Amino acid sequence: MEILLAIVVGVLYAAGLYLMMRRSIVKLILGLALLGHAANVLIFTIGRLNHNQPPLIPDGAEQMTASFADPLPQALILTAIVIGFGVQAFALVLVKRVYQTLGTDDLKEIHDADVHVYLGTPHV
Amino acid sequence: MSDKLLIFPILIPLFTAIVTLLLWNYRNWQRIISVMGAAMHLLAAFGLLMVVRQNGIQAVQIGNWPAPFGITLVADLFSAIMLVLTGIIGLAVAVYSLGNIDTRRESFGYYPLYHVLLMGISGAFLTGDMFNLYVWFEVMLIASFVLMALGGERPQMEGALKYVTLNLISSAIFLAAVGVLYGVTGTLNMADLATQLPLIAPGLANTLAMMFLVAFGIKAAVFPLFFWLPAAYHTPPAAVSAIFAGMLTKVGVYALIRVFTLLFIQDISYTHLIILVIAAFTMTTGVLGAASQFEFRRILSFHIISQIGYMIMGLALFSPLALAGAVFYIMHHIIVKANLFLVSGAVNRLQGSYQLKALGGLYRSRLGLAVLFLIPALSLAGLPPLSGFWAKLTIIQAGVEQSRFVIVAIALGVSMLTLYSMIKIWNEVFWKAKPDHVTETNHTSRWNWFFYISPIIVLALFTLTIGLVAEPFFQLSQQAAAQLLNPTQYIQTVLGGGM
Repeated sequence: MEILLAIVVGVLYAAGLYLMMRRSIVKLILGLALLGHAANVLIFTIGRLNHNQPPLIPDGAEQMTASFADPLPQALILTAIVIGFGVQAFALVLVKRVYQTLGTDDLKEIHDADVHVYLGTPHV
Repeated sequence: MSDKLLIFPILIPLFTAIVTLLLWNYRNWQRIISVMGAAMHLLAAFGLLMVVRQNGIQAVQIGNWPAPFGITLVADLFSAIMLVLTGIIGLAVAVYSLGNIDTRRESFGYYPLYHVLLMGISGAFLTGDMFNLYVWFEVMLIASFVLMALGGERPQMEGALKYVTLNLISSAIFLAAVGVLYGVTGTLNMADLATQLPLIAPGLANTLAMMFLVAFGIKAAVFPLFFWLPAAYHTPPAAVSAIFAGMLTKVGVYALIRVFTLLFIQDISYTHLIILVIAAFTMTTGVLGAASQFEFRRILSFHIISQIGYMIMGLALFSPLALAGAVFYIMHHIIVKANLFLVSGAVNRLQGSYQLKALGGLYRSRLGLAVLFLIPALSLAGLPPLSGFWAKLTIIQAGVEQSRFVIVAIALGVSMLTLYSMIKIWNEVFWKAKPDHVTETNHTSRWNWFFYISPIIVLALFTLTIGLVAEPFFQLSQQAAAQLLNPTQYIQTVLGGGM
């Protein structure tokens, strides 16, 4: 199972980076989202995968005896998913505004702020 | 009482943000509450610094969950100093915003966002938990994203896109690093990590160190991860630029210093040598970038990068003197850099441009402003007796002590080039005759100009004080450095005496 998830993490990272290196800003945002997912699955995998072993103390016992699934990585992922959701929602709106303001979704054409500043010409 | 002091720097901005949100349609009330909130934040931070200075490191376990299981807030001297600086810049920029931020931005929630940003920064300085640090980073980032894009001007959109992308990449790496850290140590409490990390394989620890170096390096804008900064920081209004320039990259530097003095100190000859090399490149590329620019705030942006190099050079040298120098440098730099951005905004208010070509003659018409520019500018370049001189002197002295002459030579050369850039701005904006087509606005209302100029005067006075009465500030830095270099006190305060 770990190996499978490791491959999934790798594929997610690769796909995310590939999308980010495309010129379209929509793909840029999708790539960012995939990077976040990759990090989440990585945390899940590296926090040890224990199948069917809930962290419950049996009746009568004072503490856990057998091995158990650590709930903390899942709590971390849950927090990270919520944060990621908010950030990505913002990023989508930003992309829409960028497209409306600049009239292009091509990253290669989005360099006015640098070029005009350098040449000292006013912004169009 | 002392544990309550620890949460005030987070609660006050949160409360201010909520109140200003509720007063959405009452702009004048928002303005008053915003300044009052920022002032109270400064007071709380200052109170905390006093307590930490007297009674040593303070820690509070949130919800009474004992460390390392719950989330801990810790304030050592370094955190407290950073909080006070946040308070000072927060108040200065809050006042400046009253003049600088237009009604449209105000009516779209500038003040609530501003205080959420302050809360995120304060939280990042106070937390003693790696994942909690990630959360505070995100709070800070989301507020800064909106502040960056608020207004929707064309250059702002471009700047925001680059800023958001690079910071999200950094967050993804940070999150992955936190996950791996938990996987190999089973804890995320920083004090607990400091005791656990020496037990894991050195190769694994170094890998983790590098992941954190990249994640925080992007936030701190070190070489070669700095390029988002000069692409973004010159686009929003001057007040936003100033708080970003003063505080945001410094949160990255803070995180670097925290992580590389508390956690990853097993293999200093390896990790800190890498940081030293990065410091050299950061200083040089930053200052060379600035030399080729002809836009007021672009020049200043590149200088942020160059100055970050000095701070992490102090971290890399890793001696008591060097770290004291780094802390002192941060104190000096935050005030000076924010102030320079405020001056650039005032210049823009008068002559309507940030382009050096389209500015001029301000020495003749506004002598006071010219002097107020010279104080932080010469301090940035490191001219005695201003604050930058002592900061650079300390770090360079630390470098000479360890016979690291190459980095010392680079630091001195960069200092010269900094002076060149500052003189360039001086010549173009203040000294040369006003270009014919430039008209200067004289019909700014008295109050509006007061909001512009009073924060600049106060920050310039701070710079003069740190420069002329350097001894108490330097002692404070030395004490902070001593705490950083001797983490046992930090660990004991957090985990209790039982360890």
